[in-house]
Amino acid sequence: MVLRIERDRQRFREIVKGKIKQNFRDFISQGEMIGRQDGKIVSIPIPQIDLPRFRHGKNQGGGVGQGDGEVGDETNAGQPGDGHGHAGDAPGQHMFEVEVTLDELAQILGEELELPNIEPKGEKQIQDSSDRYTGIRTTGPESLRHSKRTYKRALKRQIAAGTYDPRDPRIIPIRDDMRYRARSESTSPRANAVIIYMMDVSGSMGDEQKEIVRIESFWIDTWLRNQYKEIEIRYIVHDAAAREVDRHTFYHLRESGGTKISSAYQLLSKILTEEYDVNEWNIYPFHFSDGDNWGSGDTELCVRLMEEQLIPVSNQFCYGQVESPYGSGQFLKDLRSHFKDDGRVVTSNIPDKNGIYESIRTFLGKGN
Amino acid sequence: MSLTPELTVWRDKIRAYAVGQGLDFFEVVFELLSWEQINEVAAFGGFPSRYPHWRFGMEFEHLSKSHAYGLSKIYELVINNDPSVAYLQESNEMVDQKLVMAHVYGHSDFFKNNIFFGHTNRKMIDTMAAHAARVRRHMDRFGQEKVEDFIDAVLSLENLIDPNRVFLDDKSNRVALPPEEEEPIQVGRIRAKEYLDPFVNPPSVLEEERQRLEREREERRRIPERPERDVLLFLIHFAPLERWQQDIVDIIREESYYFLPQMQTKIMNEGWASYWHTKIMTEFALDASEVLDYAEKCAGVFSMPPGNFNPYKVGLELFRDIERRWDRGQFGPAWQECEDYEAKANWDLGTGKGKEKIFEVRRLYNDITFLDTFLTPEFCNQQQLFVHRYNERTRRREISDREFDMVKAQLLGSLTNGGQPIIHVVESNYENRGELLLEHDHQGLDLDLGYARATMGNLQKVWRRPVHIHTYVDGKERIYSHDGSDFKETVVA
Repeated sequence: MVLRIERDRQRFREIVKGKIKQNFRDFISQGEMIGRQDGKIVSIPIPQIDLPRFRHGKNQGGGVGQGDGEVGDETNAGQPGDGHGHAGDAPGQHMFEVEVTLDELAQILGEELELPNIEPKGEKQIQDSSDRYTGIRTTGPESLRHSKRTYKRALKRQIAAGTYDPRDPRIIPIRDDMRYRARSESTSPRANAVIIYMMDVSGSMGDEQKEIVRIESFWIDTWLRNQYKEIEIRYIVHDAAAREVDRHTFYHLRESGGTKISSAYQLLSKILTEEYDVNEWNIYPFHFSDGDNWGSGDTELCVRLMEEQLIPVSNQFCYGQVESPYGSGQFLKDLRSHFKDDGRVVTSNIPDKNGIYESIRTFLGKGN
Repeated sequence: MSLTPELTVWRDKIRAYAVGQGLDFFEVVFELLSWEQINEVAAFGGFPSRYPHWRFGMEFEHLSKSHAYGLSKIYELVINNDPSVAYLQESNEMVDQKLVMAHVYGHSDFFKNNIFFGHTNRKMIDTMAAHAARVRRHMDRFGQEKVEDFIDAVLSLENLIDPNRVFLDDKSNRVALPPEEEEPIQVGRIRAKEYLDPFVNPPSVLEEERQRLEREREERRRIPERPERDVLLFLIHFAPLERWQQDIVDIIREESYYFLPQMQTKIMNEGWASYWHTKIMTEFALDASEVLDYAEKCAGVFSMPPGNFNPYKVGLELFRDIERRWDRGQFGPAWQECEDYEAKANWDLGTGKGKEKIFEVRRLYNDITFLDTFLTPEFCNQQQLFVHRYNERTRRREISDREFDMVKAQLLGSLTNGGQPIIHVVESNYENRGELLLEHDHQGLDLDLGYARATMGNLQKVWRRPVHIHTYVDGKERIYSHDGSDFKETVVA
């Protein structure tokens, strides 16, 4: 049954989304939202959605409570009309938390940044079979009993047998009435994607730079998860040598020393050839660095690796350059001059947190 | 869904018992709903349909969420209407259903007999449906966003009505106006012979004098003539509104007046219904096998979470106290003046007027007069009532007093006007610029300025000219103004 309130509820959700959109630029560059993620739900603080009234200030006057306690004891009594904020506070700035699903968030992201939907590569689909409890049978474990059908059958039987009394509606199923849920298999095509994040963790990448990478990758995850059913995420860090790490290490590791970007690309190439069949996977490598590489020889090696091994298998290859006080930023210039006309290589320069918005639009705006 | 045969049987039994006890209610229609439907109805304030507005959706989300997390469960929902409509949750146990039915008959009796409900519309379910249709029509014609924005603005003012207006003889919804027809202005002349008159009373001087008098009269001719507490009514008459906007204000105002007595009698209404459900259940409807469950439910309903004030509990106990006192003759000067604690506690004249008295009380009182009249020091003590206050120094809320006088004063104070500030319109041509001036009747509590700012912003949208409110902050006289973009403070010298 459809509830009449559904319309009002939808309207409320729209208003919430509207509020999120209004402040979306700020949300994008804020890291705190990531910390509020719990499974598929993110709670977002937004300016209150409330109907203001004339009311008395919060901590003024008193109230009446009931219970034990001496004069002077603390009480957690709520005042009549308990509210937020204090008299004389910055008006209208009360915050309110709403929960949105990652899907809704991705939808907002898509609308705000005008991101095109991704068409998964035609051949990169595999058949996926899954079992669903859609069938019915007459035997099975009690835990799978379909009560509604069971009782319906029992009711039919009792009415037919004339043992049903509407004034005393007792329905007792017997063995023959029992119905159980049964599994049936269904297959559907599925598009898979893998994101490989690579980050330069050499001495010149500071905490601020890493924070930018963290926020940006949160949004990339959110968007790509919305576009693909299954997503795998891998993390590679490198300085002069590269290795694969877990998520936590990726964002918190700090190394020192030089930078050889080719080491990461080599490892990436190895992972891709060994583990991901190009025909089945949509592949998204993202690389973040401050652009300082160990000499032009290594950069040439990188370009060659990209041309020969990485770009042909990837949907698109993304390079984000986070500005740092120590980095020269040379690598971005080199890539741009080499891959000027190649739509599969997307580069972006991120000067600070405020640059994240544009950078995401650049990375995800092509719909590859 | 209609009731199951078993529930029908119990409804009839409980109904008959309640009638036998002297309850006089509107017929009650019970409907059996799923928890989702109950939440829906609750979000609509008890009604099956309301005008489209997002806040009902917001309320529904809150209710569904707190239900899902097991934080709250709606027990009873009953509409003041003839017939009353009440809802039972289909997944509840039998003992819950009986309890709710007994409780609801108590409410319905209260709605029908309490004088503060006397003016309410007893066909409100139909009226609400009609309101919904009117608002939908406006939305179709003028656009959802536009109408919704206006509703938002007016809802922000919905508590600005006059609780006393419902008792006026004049039901015509007029605002006090200065008389339209006035005697023509007579300028005083000095008596003189006709041929001397132009010299004794020069026309230019006479004209000057006439203009001066006219200005004075204009000063006096204010709208409203007296401060008007029904701000919504004032806006209907004097704000530059289109027809559909007037209609919206009218709808919201009517609903506000309808809900008003429920706020004025919260403690009594719940106390009365609880009095009857406990009586009916324990004397009659409870099956031996249900006693434990019933006791547990009661413990929940009447619990006093440390420090909180539970209207169900206080109302119930106060009705019982009144019944006990009038049964034993514990009233009147002789009892009040008795200073012997022992004698006072054991006072029993065998008067036996308890039942009669509580029926009278449920007819004639509201929460304020109820507590003012029947709260006794003994009761306060028994119920462990105390006053709490925010301590600026320790930055926490503390128990500040247990004295009877203080508790009573605080209780009555916080019930006055439902705990909301009292506000009047005093001028509609403030500073001779067509601006609106409100006055906050300051009774010791300052306004919350954050909320005041937002509310003034909404008022400005309705009035369309700058709006002002006169109030006191920290004991200093202030006028706050909103002109649609800025909110500013003026110190009154």
